[in-house]
Amino acid sequence: MAFIPHTSDDITAMLQVIGVQSIANLFDEIPSELLVGPLALPAALSEMEVGRLMADRAACDGRYLNFIGAGAYEHYIPAAVWAIATRGEFYSAYTPYQAEASQGTLQVIYEYQSMLCALTGMEVSNASLYDGASALAEACLMAVRANRASESRRVLMPRTVNPTYIKVSHAIAGNQGITFESVDFDRTEGRTLLQSLHRYQGEDFTAIVLQQPNFFGNLEEVDELTDWAHQNNILVIAVVNPISLALLSAPNLWGLSGVAKRGADIVCGEGQPLGVPLASGGPYFGFMATRMQYVRQMPGRVVGRTVDTDGRAGFSLTLQAREQHIRRSKATSNICTNQGLNVTAATIYMSLMGAQGIERVAVASMRNTDNLVAALTSIKGVRPAFAGHKFHEAVLLLDRPVAPVLAKLAGRGILGGLDLAEHYPELGNALLACATEVKTNNDIETYANALADVLSQRS
Amino acid sequence: MSELPVHPGLELREALIFSLSRPGRAASTLFPLHADAVQITEQVLAQIPMHLRRRIAPVLPEVSELQTVRHFTRLSQMNFSIDTQVYPLGSCTMKYNPKACNTYAMLPEFMARHPLGPETQGFMSCMFELQEMLKEITGMRGVSLTPMAGAQGEFAGVAMIRAYHRSRGDLSRIEILVPQAAHGTNPATASMCGCSVKEIECDANGDVDLGALQAAVGPNTAGIMLTNPSTLGVFERKIVQVARIVHEAGGLLYYDGANLNAILGKVRPGDMGFDVVHMNLHKTFATPHGGGGPGSGAVGVGARLLPFLPIPLVGCEGSRYRWMSERDLPHSIGRLSGFMGNAGVNLRAYIYMRMLGRDGMVRVAEFATLNANYMMKRLTAAGFEAAYPNRRASHEFIISLRRENSLFQITAMDVAKRLLDYGFHAPTTYFPLLVPECLLIEPTETETKQDLDRFCDAMIAIREEMQQAPEKLLTAPHTMPVRRLDDVRAARELDLAWKPVG
Repeated sequence: MAFIPHTSDDITAMLQVIGVQSIANLFDEIPSELLVGPLALPAALSEMEVGRLMADRAACDGRYLNFIGAGAYEHYIPAAVWAIATRGEFYSAYTPYQAEASQGTLQVIYEYQSMLCALTGMEVSNASLYDGASALAEACLMAVRANRASESRRVLMPRTVNPTYIKVSHAIAGNQGITFESVDFDRTEGRTLLQSLHRYQGEDFTAIVLQQPNFFGNLEEVDELTDWAHQNNILVIAVVNPISLALLSAPNLWGLSGVAKRGADIVCGEGQPLGVPLASGGPYFGFMATRMQYVRQMPGRVVGRTVDTDGRAGFSLTLQAREQHIRRSKATSNICTNQGLNVTAATIYMSLMGAQGIERVAVASMRNTDNLVAALTSIKGVRPAFAGHKFHEAVLLLDRPVAPVLAKLAGRGILGGLDLAEHYPELGNALLACATEVKTNNDIETYANALADVLSQRS
Repeated sequence: MSELPVHPGLELREALIFSLSRPGRAASTLFPLHADAVQITEQVLAQIPMHLRRRIAPVLPEVSELQTVRHFTRLSQMNFSIDTQVYPLGSCTMKYNPKACNTYAMLPEFMARHPLGPETQGFMSCMFELQEMLKEITGMRGVSLTPMAGAQGEFAGVAMIRAYHRSRGDLSRIEILVPQAAHGTNPATASMCGCSVKEIECDANGDVDLGALQAAVGPNTAGIMLTNPSTLGVFERKIVQVARIVHEAGGLLYYDGANLNAILGKVRPGDMGFDVVHMNLHKTFATPHGGGGPGSGAVGVGARLLPFLPIPLVGCEGSRYRWMSERDLPHSIGRLSGFMGNAGVNLRAYIYMRMLGRDGMVRVAEFATLNANYMMKRLTAAGFEAAYPNRRASHEFIISLRRENSLFQITAMDVAKRLLDYGFHAPTTYFPLLVPECLLIEPTETETKQDLDRFCDAMIAIREEMQQAPEKLLTAPHTMPVRRLDDVRAARELDLAWKPVG
């Protein structure tokens, strides 16, 4: 099945027009020694057969009661979101190069940019990047271009930033000579302390990354950290969870006082919580917003509102002089596409939920995580790792290694959280868990009962 | 700037969603329910220190569910798409995106699968088999599915080439060669990997100039990035010699998979001498372009680059599939995404490939090529100038309008805009930059002869209009929601976000 509509009459007529005997003649410019015989691939399946195959594979994966977050959050997605986003007119269109025939996609992106600016408090947003991790890497590269006061290519990277984001930043930005200085966190509160930055006072750094809430789910003291950075000519890259922005201060207002009061300089993060399913980790979308003064340093596509020759409002891709198809080796990034379809879904999600709906989601998620922590820490052998304030995720310490416990829970259909042993061995038997708004009190009780049972057995 | 009325009949116009908003309106059935919501909100907020709380709520639309559905449905109707129009956008492979691929990739178990959960074998087996199929198709030894788009696949490829040279202590190899006609991402990628770029000329027949290549290679050569068939719509016939020259100079060959559709099951990059390839699963393997993403840019490598593949990969031990990470590949160039790349796109490509099967792959290349050659013949017979008239077209071909430009002062842009009025998405214009006033036309294998004929007829009609009524072209399009847009104003008076008044 190759979705080829040609009848034998069509083929004959077409070959005649071309003036060749057979389709094989059309490949006669390829050196014959390069032509390959039949490939070792499976035979074709009909749609019905492939449907059965995929249903079997999906059944193999099963369904779990999930308490893992760690950068991918299980939120309720209203039915309308993907019912509209998968309409063929959105789904099967391409990058809006022909603006007049792509006003739908372009207006969606403009509305998305507007909503992202509203959420983050920033002045401009791009049309999205691949995902949260790669968005941070791009933000680091952007900071080097934007921070004219710094001559270094060094970035301060607290260990409370998602450890995979740190790895991705190394992999992507490292090739351009950008280095990262790891900043340790406070063991009691699970956040980055201002004092830990004092040793860098007077050194030349181009940027600091501040994740709010941080990877542990804890709240960073973003105001004093931002002020310190600005006093030292260091740009602030904020990594934020968009759902949390309903409750937590907008990054444009980070910073307490004085001459340095100007908020974060670049805001980025993972857009998945805004209507994108977990789906094995992608496709998601990364967002990025900044202040107007840095707009020309920002990577990725941007849509602007303008007028047509009749003076009627319309939308087009703009600031393309930054991009690879114009600037080639001098472009701000090699990025070509955005994650258009996911942005479409997120724009529909934000429209349906509004500020009030997102706040309800945030509140319910915080509440459920509170309840989860209370239920789990009442079990003997479980205690909270940190004392600080948190959003909708928490680190718990078990009295034994986490991995076997998680395996036993998975055997009962429960994903109990993420084992932090690999990323933070110094924390001991640490588990990162999250309960978003989709969890009920029953779900939490199910988890708590199962964990109590597992821990009551000898390890 | 004139304000748009809300919902004007069947005319394609739609106001911004913010103008539909009224304070206090909400699609509240979608909110999580709490009997004592106000009290809980207060309790929860009390846990956040005052100075870390949001002071002013974000201004998002306050609209009903129906308003939202109507608004975005209407916006969708303001797009050209494969599902509604012929979309012969050269170098983008806008083929039909089979519905089954979407339906079965969105089974509830797949949708709910957390990326950090257990290695459940359903999804993992699909990804492993996808890796294996892509290896076979490209003639490579290993495949990683993590790059999230073609440009990230390119990045991974060049980063692996650099890592390879570094691992041998060959530190001077930082120069990447690209042919003049290369896609803009090629030089941009080389820069992102900390390499410098040297352009190589093509000869009059569209092949790489071997003399220029021989002169360009040397001890600084890291590698060459090539597309084959090239962006000029012709097969690079001297590819074996190109490979020999670059390899003898100590460089590696990178295959840009943008045009893989043309040679699927016919020729394999590995057999041509390439050391690393990226594939655009959203082109060759029919995953949706989604209005500009998400894509997926899987990379494949030969033996020399195996240790450097980006992670994670899916490995197979006995009959069990598992993630391969830093521990398995300590020399990997690392992670490029938060989890494992665009998993859902990969899943759609897998389903498509299982439906094509062994024989379907070859038919894709054959019929994509048949369609392109047929259109090239019809258009040249009607007086259009092909950029390489003495060459076979690959799956795409270039028409140059330089003659029409000098005779009638008509540009490729004018023809592109006029095609919209005829109900066709325009071909790619002004790429490759090498050919003046060019249209790069790629019909793909999924279009019928009838639709190709309609497109050719439209081109011929437009050619007549150039002489009879050129103003129809100069002021096109006439049937779209907007006329030509003022791009200069867009860039000069930046309006990138709606802002509430006051």
